[in-house]
Amino acid sequence: MAILQQLLFLIVILLAGYFIRKRVLRITKNIGMGKASIISDHKNDRLKNVLLVAFGQKKMFKRPVPAIFHFFIYAGFLIINLEVLEFIIDGLAGTHRIFAPYLGSVYNVLMNIFEFLAVAVLLACIIFLVRRNLLRLPRFWSAEMTKWPRLDANLILTIEIVLMCAILIMNASDQLLQTRSEHYTSTGPLLFSGFLTSALEDSNTTTLELLERFAWWFHIIGILGFSVYITYSKHLHIFMAFVNTYYAKLEPKGHINNMPVVTREVKSMLGLATTETPPGEPGKFGAKDINDLGWNHLAAAYSCTECGRCTSECPANLTGKKLSPRKIMMDVRDRMEEVGKSLDTGGPGLSDGKFLLGDYISKEEINACTSCNACVEACPVLINPLEIILEMRRFVSMEESGAPAQWNAMFQNVETNFAPWKFPSSDRFNWAKD
Amino acid sequence: MNVPTLAELTAKGESPEVVFWVGCAGSFDDRAKRVTRAFVKIMNAVGTKFAVLGIEETCTGDPARRAGNEFLFQMQAVNNITVLNGYNVKKIVTTCPHCFNTLKNEYPELGGSYEVIHHTTFINDLIREGKIKMKEGGSFQGKKITYHDSCYLGRANNIYDSPREVLEALDADLVEMKRCRTSGLCCGAGGAQMFKEPEKGRKDINVERAEEALATGASTIAVACPFCMTMMSDGVKSKEQEANVKVKDLAELVAESQGL
Repeated sequence: MAILQQLLFLIVILLAGYFIRKRVLRITKNIGMGKASIISDHKNDRLKNVLLVAFGQKKMFKRPVPAIFHFFIYAGFLIINLEVLEFIIDGLAGTHRIFAPYLGSVYNVLMNIFEFLAVAVLLACIIFLVRRNLLRLPRFWSAEMTKWPRLDANLILTIEIVLMCAILIMNASDQLLQTRSEHYTSTGPLLFSGFLTSALEDSNTTTLELLERFAWWFHIIGILGFSVYITYSKHLHIFMAFVNTYYAKLEPKGHINNMPVVTREVKSMLGLATTETPPGEPGKFGAKDINDLGWNHLAAAYSCTECGRCTSECPANLTGKKLSPRKIMMDVRDRMEEVGKSLDTGGPGLSDGKFLLGDYISKEEINACTSCNACVEACPVLINPLEIILEMRRFVSMEESGAPAQWNAMFQNVETNFAPWKFPSSDRFNWAKD
Repeated sequence: MNVPTLAELTAKGESPEVVFWVGCAGSFDDRAKRVTRAFVKIMNAVGTKFAVLGIEETCTGDPARRAGNEFLFQMQAVNNITVLNGYNVKKIVTTCPHCFNTLKNEYPELGGSYEVIHHTTFINDLIREGKIKMKEGGSFQGKKITYHDSCYLGRANNIYDSPREVLEALDADLVEMKRCRTSGLCCGAGGAQMFKEPEKGRKDINVERAEEALATGASTIAVACPFCMTMMSDGVKSKEQEANVKVKDLAELVAESQGL
């Protein structure tokens, strides 16, 4: 019987591993569709960003209320998962609470910390569900928050609540069993699940044993299932936030990335010596689809958890324009998933006749951006929607000559009068004479 | 008005301490030209040895780049860099945050590396060094002034304090809008929006921002950018408050306080 349980556990672990591996490979390939570039500069600054912004949650605390509750969930995730190590060893070896005899009273302290965090996570998730669904915070209900994004968020919170309940029920029944059977190693008194024991103490030993086993299996299968689910969900930010903060832009926010291919052409047009290597394939200017964006932009889309802080600070969105920086990131991700799915099923992939610009993101959206960097400043994980918007503007302007008419007029003024307005350049210094 | 050009100084075998990059708005826009002149008056009053490029200056290319026309941006940039490097320019001051950002952050990659200062920092340094002496109980004493952060100074380049220190030196009562500093709301002109009509929406961004500024009860809205100047002035006008509330650049406020 025991060996059967161990075997079953091994199968469950292998299954979860299989599905996670499959998704990780798919996501890696999806990100790999972006333009290759090596980001290997300023390693210390990058690590500092990871430590402060991802690990230390620095930017979350600009909005203290959600930051505190989020911190509980985050700390709970990091610390309670230490217990999963014991779950896995127990599951494979057929032991029960293998660390308890070795750690003694430390084990009791640890278990109490885990329980405290479990309760904190539970409460935080309930508060978040209330904020989303009852208080209906506007940023969780704006246009791009369609059925799936809203369901995704609610599923994550609900699953976390259920998993935390499983831990507490497991510990409560385990504590009662410790008084009835040698098999259940003493953990010492546990505060929070202790409150539940009174409700269970009338149950017979078999029921408690079943309850304990059920909660144990439920928790570990839940965690493994959730790990698979995360790879399809916005919740992937728990991993990708660390990746994204490492590769985030370090230049001042006002800086726009240079296009060396244009520099070569401009310098040769002006008869200036270029030190750059001679032009190879000129390629496409700007971005029409995901493969025209940098891989780091694509990775950023997988680190977006759709919190909407960007959109809630965007001046265009606040005044009723179609642009939403969050939607830009969600669209990039959706397009990647679409192409990836197509490739997995032998479909045409990128050549499906659809494009990020046009089928997902409209010109009206990208034309509304004031490049004010409010979205970039707001993002708790250093995502930069502005760079993606600019790459698409570059495509529209340089490949399609499709910029708004007034911009084309402005371009013409700059070309002929060297100013964006239609004043003769010979009048430029008249201000000193007036 | 004494405004030497770099060409004149070079012909005399002299070189300025700093080149004043006027910018297109500062050169052509009537309202912004008053800011340009106010800043020149300040530099002349403290004896800064400066020069302008005059008709040799051209658009930095900022709006072209942000509207997606990288070719045009780089044409402008490379030409400007050729002129600036030709004069061996080392230090530039500008009254436009967009020019400031482009010159400071985007020209180095194209071969133009200069020390670039925005005029609010420049003026603040003059006050700190005692070159501009603020009078006790000046005309701004106790007056409510609110400061509108320009995105290209604030979020783009982390300059939040210099403009505020200048206002404090004026002895003014600085009242902040709810959205200020890193959370400051854009005036609506950045990213080349200055040169086109806004996309369809409920409201114009500058009206939203002007309402917020007016809600502070300030009699002056201080700005540090020619585009913000236009947008905020239009916003105040749309609320028919132009008789009660003035939109002024920091250079104008300082020049006024000095009786220049």
